[in-house]
Amino acid sequence: MIRLMTGNEAVAQGAYEAGVCFAAAYPGTPSTEILENLAKFKADVIAEWAPNEKVTLESVIGASIAGVRALAAMKMVGVNVAADPLFSVAYTGVNGGVVLVSADDPGLHSSQNEQDNRHYATFAKIPMLEPSDSQESKDMVKAAFEISETFDMPVLFRMTTRVCHSKSLVTLGKRKGTPRRLCPKDLSKYNLVPALARRQRPRLEAKLKKLAEYSETCEFNRIEWNSPKIGIITSGISYQYAREVFGDSASYLKLGFTHPLPKEKIRAFAAKVETLYVIEELEPFLEDQIRQLGIACIGKDRLSNMYEFNPAIVAKSLLGIESPVISYDPATLPPRPPVFCAGCPHRGFFYELGKKARRRNLMISGDIGCYALGYNYPLEALDLCVCMGAGPSMAHGAQKIFSKFGDDRRVVATIGDSTFFHTGIPSLIDAVYNKSNAIICILDNRTTAMTGQQDNPGSGFTLQGEPTKIIDIEAVVRALGVDHVRVVNPRDLLGVRRALTWAFELDEPSVIITKYPCTLAKHVSEEHDESRAMTVLEAGCIGCRLCLNVGCPALSFDRGSKKAQIDANICDGCGVCSYTCKSAAMVLGELADA
Amino acid sequence: MPDTTSIMLVGVGGQGTVLVSSVLSKGLVAAGRDVKMSEIHGMSQRGGSVSTQVRYGDVVHSPIVGKGGADVLVSFESMEALRWLEYVRPGGKVIVNDYQIPSAPILIGQRDYPTDVIGILTSKVDTTAIRAFDIASELGNPLAMNLVLFGALVEATGLTDIDWESVISSTVKKTTVALNLAAYRAGRRALVDGEGLALKEHMR
Repeated sequence: MIRLMTGNEAVAQGAYEAGVCFAAAYPGTPSTEILENLAKFKADVIAEWAPNEKVTLESVIGASIAGVRALAAMKMVGVNVAADPLFSVAYTGVNGGVVLVSADDPGLHSSQNEQDNRHYATFAKIPMLEPSDSQESKDMVKAAFEISETFDMPVLFRMTTRVCHSKSLVTLGKRKGTPRRLCPKDLSKYNLVPALARRQRPRLEAKLKKLAEYSETCEFNRIEWNSPKIGIITSGISYQYAREVFGDSASYLKLGFTHPLPKEKIRAFAAKVETLYVIEELEPFLEDQIRQLGIACIGKDRLSNMYEFNPAIVAKSLLGIESPVISYDPATLPPRPPVFCAGCPHRGFFYELGKKARRRNLMISGDIGCYALGYNYPLEALDLCVCMGAGPSMAHGAQKIFSKFGDDRRVVATIGDSTFFHTGIPSLIDAVYNKSNAIICILDNRTTAMTGQQDNPGSGFTLQGEPTKIIDIEAVVRALGVDHVRVVNPRDLLGVRRALTWAFELDEPSVIITKYPCTLAKHVSEEHDESRAMTVLEAGCIGCRLCLNVGCPALSFDRGSKKAQIDANICDGCGVCSYTCKSAAMVLGELADA
Repeated sequence: MPDTTSIMLVGVGGQGTVLVSSVLSKGLVAAGRDVKMSEIHGMSQRGGSVSTQVRYGDVVHSPIVGKGGADVLVSFESMEALRWLEYVRPGGKVIVNDYQIPSAPILIGQRDYPTDVIGILTSKVDTTAIRAFDIASELGNPLAMNLVLFGALVEATGLTDIDWESVISSTVKKTTVALNLAAYRAGRRALVDGEGLALKEHMR
């Protein structure tokens, strides 16, 4: 059967066909759909959301030691979190095959940096595969499990956004029943106390030598001979762009197994072509290693190491050919930034926090999630956003310094529920243990919203839909030793305001938990109900525009009538705007009719 | 590849561009074409600008084109057609929904919605404007405007030999099949009847 699949769906299918028995992930664009699709094979695969990527990989290692094929999936910055077990599992090796999918995001479509995770393969000394489309994603993930078991190594499976989220045709196969391997009584292979780790060290080098030999004959490192005038060495999605631009006018060394590289194959290919291009997005990973072989090539001297490519960029950079375009400068248009949804529970909280920030000397330390949008005009209530879990810990460090130097600046941290479970808990412990008076706000919308409403340890369900314990954030916070805790409804702006005022008076760490479900999660199965929308009483509205400061997509100002207006098709009836109205002109639709 | 056709679908998060691109891709696969489709997830759900590309032909390599590479641009919102216009090749086509969704800076009164969007488009490229919102509203649900635009796209690309009605029926929710089929047919009619051409005078 042939089906159109994204790279992520194909990885899930390939892992299933390879007999994977355990899979874990923390959601992160562009990797999230891998586990969502693996979770569908309930009878054969245990698929789980782990609280973070380190735990993800560790649980996968455990499953492998227990004897099954296991897969971990994460976005590229997640691999930083998982780096600790990653470097060590390279030493221990595996029992059942282990594949770690790293979904990189050239172009920073939805990430805080643009790191090239191919470097993890050389750094951690592990084999790496890079697919170029969905069929390869499926084929290579199956091969990755074989390679992992043959060479006793975890395999890095490196994808990029355009491979993860592009659909192309895939031929489906059957699941290969992979019997569980024996889990031996003697597990010293997996014990890295220094004396044992020292013994593993030369074994790792020996494995890499064998992998280098394998790379020379690996079917995924293939040459496509055409004209010898131009030779192109490329991998991943860049191969597709190269084929699009050069067609059959060039020969290709298409690399799919990219660590260790097939040095002899590269030498032989380079010797036969007149001009050698190396085409790769982001860092000169292939190019640097090719140059180390003493081979001259054209690469990053013409192609950028920033942002993602497309065929037009490759043609312009290497051939100087610019596609004619219809001239129009989109920078002259009003931008269309993402905004908090109508009814989003974060809106009321950030509106109140922004008001405080304009009156007091504040620093607001944010985190990764939808609430990073609190930075945008008109809310403007977020200063920092660095990485998962950093909100409370950066707040703590900054607050200690402000306090030490008598600076009256106060620090407020904002962190989501899923992010709190991810790495926020140790951050909060830091503030408690090391005694700062940072104000930590946990914005609990009962889901992992930004990546598409995945369940998490606070939502009450597992990835495969089983009811489970709800980890009570308030109880956790209190158990960590926070004496000052308040839980508020973020749609109650007066409650939010009072809680913030209360926290500013404290000399010890405090936690404000705003608790209200994500409006998208809530409406997944509901039709929009216009009768629940807010409405503006025309007679009441004085055209002051204060309500526009909540930045709601349902709310606009009509320049003709000089009145605010609400789009009932979008409005969720949350009522946050009504708190801003001095003339009480914003009411629930049904009240206006009465 | 010269035999590859590139279609770009753009709009605002939540407008149903992904559904249309998946109907389009499915039909093309059923017709034996090689197809690649690329979409960007992430922040797009929250009212941001969204884009999807569908490319088809005998053999398709790249899932995306760069500036000047799209044969047809279908814009589900008026201003978004201008935002992505550089991606259309000179000589290409634009199908634009004559429908405005003000973005955040416009809603709060910082910026104005650009004037004469369809006039600008028409002066630069072969443009067909469709009042998909009105047509879908008349059919009972404005959300079906995406299938109206799809109907127009089918006519514009000449992909009329594919059995789209069965693809649509097997893709959309069962309860919305009738509505979506009606929207699709209305979109095709709108293009054939030249309704789009008269719209320059009817800018809202």
